[in-house]
Amino acid sequence: MQILFIIISAITLVSAVLVVSVRNLFHAALYMMLSFLGVAALYALLESGFMAATQLLVYIGAISILVIFAIMMTRRLMQTTESPFNSQWGMSGFVSASLFVLIGAIVLQVYPLDPAVAGGAPPAEELVTNTVNQLGVAFTSADQLVLPFELASVLLLVALVGSIIIARPDVEAEVEDES
Amino acid sequence: MDLNTALRELRLLDYLRLLWGDAPWVEPVLDLISIITVSTFCLLIVIFLIWLERKVIARMQDRIGPNRVGGKFGLLQTVADVLKLLTKEAITPVGADWVAYNLAPFLIVMTALLMWAVMPFAPTWIGVDLNIAVFYVLSISSVSVVCLLLAGWGSNNKYALLGAFRAVAQLVSYEVPMVLSLIVPIILARSMSLIGISEAQVLPFALLVPVSAVIFYISALAETGRTPFDLLEAESEIVAGFHVEYGGMKFGMFFLAEFISTLFMSSLFATIYLGGYRFVLGELFNPNYTTGNLAGILIFFIKTFLVYFVFIWIRATFPRIRIDQMLNFNWKFLVPWTLVLVLVVALLDRLVADSGWTVRTLAHLSSNIVIALIALGFARRRAAREKLFEEEFGVAEEIARPMILGSDGHDDHEHDHETHGQPAPAHD
Amino acid sequence: MLADWQYIGIFLAISPIFPAAPVLLQWLLGPKKPNSIKNSAYECGIETVGDTWIQFKVQYYIYALIFVVFDVEAVFLFPIAAAYGQLSLFAIGATALFIILLADGLAYAWAKGALEWI
Repeated sequence: MQILFIIISAITLVSAVLVVSVRNLFHAALYMMLSFLGVAALYALLESGFMAATQLLVYIGAISILVIFAIMMTRRLMQTTESPFNSQWGMSGFVSASLFVLIGAIVLQVYPLDPAVAGGAPPAEELVTNTVNQLGVAFTSADQLVLPFELASVLLLVALVGSIIIARPDVEAEVEDES
Repeated sequence: MDLNTALRELRLLDYLRLLWGDAPWVEPVLDLISIITVSTFCLLIVIFLIWLERKVIARMQDRIGPNRVGGKFGLLQTVADVLKLLTKEAITPVGADWVAYNLAPFLIVMTALLMWAVMPFAPTWIGVDLNIAVFYVLSISSVSVVCLLLAGWGSNNKYALLGAFRAVAQLVSYEVPMVLSLIVPIILARSMSLIGISEAQVLPFALLVPVSAVIFYISALAETGRTPFDLLEAESEIVAGFHVEYGGMKFGMFFLAEFISTLFMSSLFATIYLGGYRFVLGELFNPNYTTGNLAGILIFFIKTFLVYFVFIWIRATFPRIRIDQMLNFNWKFLVPWTLVLVLVVALLDRLVADSGWTVRTLAHLSSNIVIALIALGFARRRAAREKLFEEEFGVAEEIARPMILGSDGHDDHEHDHETHGQPAPAHD
Repeated sequence: MLADWQYIGIFLAISPIFPAAPVLLQWLLGPKKPNSIKNSAYECGIETVGDTWIQFKVQYYIYALIFVVFDVEAVFLFPIAAAYGQLSLFAIGATALFIILLADGLAYAWAKGALEWI
C-alpha cells in the first residue's frame, strides 16, 4: 500500500512538473492527463470509487479535451520554441508556494498528523459504508449541502453563458477576417 | 462443494477459493484468472463478430458474403484477415508524434477491455460488483475520446486530425444524452451497481421507460461510431478519419476496440434495459424461479446478441448523416427531451413508489408514451417548417442560415478553417 | 471495497498485454523496408502543403464547453439518483430546480445560435 502510494504520488508530481516545463503544448496536455490519472488512482487507493470515476470522467474525459481544443484554437502557438519561463515566473512561483503552505497548514489543522490529538478525523469504518448514497442525500437535504448544490448549478449556468458571450463575437470577427 | 457441482454450476472460482484457503496470494491469482478469461474471450469473439457482421449485411443486401475461406460459410475469413494484418510492415509516418501515435492503439483497447470488469454475465459471474458500476463504465468510456485525439494528433495528417476533431465533437456531444438517459434506470433501481439494476427488474426497464432505452440506444450507436453516425471515418470525405495513417495490427487495434465496445454497449443495454441474465418469463409464471449460472449466461448472451443484431441491421439500413444534422439532432432534440424525461420520471416515481409493480409500470409507460408523442410532434412540425422553407426559397434552411448569418456558404467556409487555417486563399 | 479496486488495478496493469501481443507479433513477422515515399503522410498522392497542426474553428470549443457543463451536472445527479429511495419531495424539488437551471443554459445557447454548426 505504502509503496503503491509513493509510486503513484511520484508519477503525479513528476508529470505535474513536466506540464509546466515541457515546450510542446500538446505533450504538456498529455502530462496533465497523466497527473489527473495519478490523482484518480490516489482516490481509488482511498477507496473513494466515486471520486476516482469523477476524476476520470470530468478531468480526463472533459477538461483535458477542452484544454486540447483551446490549444488547437490558439493560432501558431504550436510552433513555439520559446522557453516556458517568462518574466513573471519568480512571482508566480512565490504565490504558488505560499498557497501550498496555506493549504498545508489548513489540512494539518483539521487532520493533525498525530492521531492522539485528532479530533476531526472520523474512524475509518464510518467513512466507507455507501458514501455515494450519503453524498446524494447530503446534496439535497435542507440542513446539509442543498445551498452549495444549487449554487453549483448557478455557477455552471454562469460559466456557460459567459463562455458563449466571449466565444461568439470571435466567430463573426473571424468570418469577416477570412473572407 | 466438490469439483462436480462446481463444474455443473459454473462456479470454478468459488471452488478454487475453497480449495486454496485464504492465503494472501489467493485473491490476486483468482482475479488474474478471471481477467485473463474475460479479456481473451473479448479478443476471440471479435473474430466471430466481424464474420457475423459481414455475413448478415451481405444477406441483407442480397449478396452471399464470405464463402470461400474455411468451408461453405467462410468461417475462417476473419482468421485469414488477421494473418494478413500480421504480415504487414509496421510504418510510422514521417513527422508523427511518436508517443501519441503509438500510445493511442494501446490505450483504446485497454479502455474497451477495462469496461468489462463490471459486467455481470451470470448471477455469480462478475469481475467486480462495484457500487458505482454505471458511473465507472461512463468514466472509462470517456477516456477513449482521448485516444482518438491522440491518434489524430500523432499521425501528422490533416485528414486524421480533421477526423479526430469530428470524432471528439460527436463523442462528447452524444455522451450527454447517454449519461442523462442512464439516470432513469438508476432512479428506478435505486442503485448504480449492475447486479443491483438487474435484480431490480421485475419487469425489464425497456417496458417501463422505453424512451430512455431508445435514447440510450441511439447514443450508444453514436458513441461506438456506427452507422448512421459513422462520419468520423467517412471514406468519401476524410478517407478513414483519425486512423488513416495506421496500418497492420495498429489499425487492427482500432478495429478491435470498436467491435469490443459495440458488444459491450449491447450487453450494457441488455443488462440495464432487458434484465441481463434474468429470465423474466420464467419468473413471472413461477415465483420460486431462480436463474442458475448456466441458464444466466445463456440468457445474457441471447439478449446481447439480439441487441447486437439490431446494430448490424441499422448499419445495413441507414445512410450516413451530415455533421450538422448529427449535432443538431443531439443538442436540439435528444438532450432537451432527455432532460424532460429525467424530470418526469424523477417526479412520477416518487408519487407511485409505494403502489405495486403494475401501477408503477403503467404510470411510467404511459408517461413515456406521452413524452414520445409530444417529442415526435415537435420533430414533425419542425420538418414541415423546413420543407416549407425549402419550397419557398429553393434551398434548405440549414444551408441558407449560415449565409444569412453573414458567412460565406457552408462547405467552403468549413474547408477554409479546417484544412488551411491561416491565410485562406482568396477564392471568391 | 479495496478488493474491488485491487481487481481493477490488476486489470489496468495487465491490460496492455492484450494489444501489445498482436502488435509485437506483427513487428516480428512483417517486413522492415522503410523508404521516404512509403513513410510520407497520406494525402491522395499529392505532397502535403503546410503544417498539419493548424488553428481549428471555435465551434468545437463551444460544443466541448457545453459538454463539460452537462458532464459536471451528471456527476451531481448520479449520487442523487442512486439515493433516490431515501429522498424527500423537497429533495426532488431541489434536483428539479438544478436540472431546470441547466436546461436554461442550453436554451440560452440555443437562442444565441451557439448550437448552429457553421
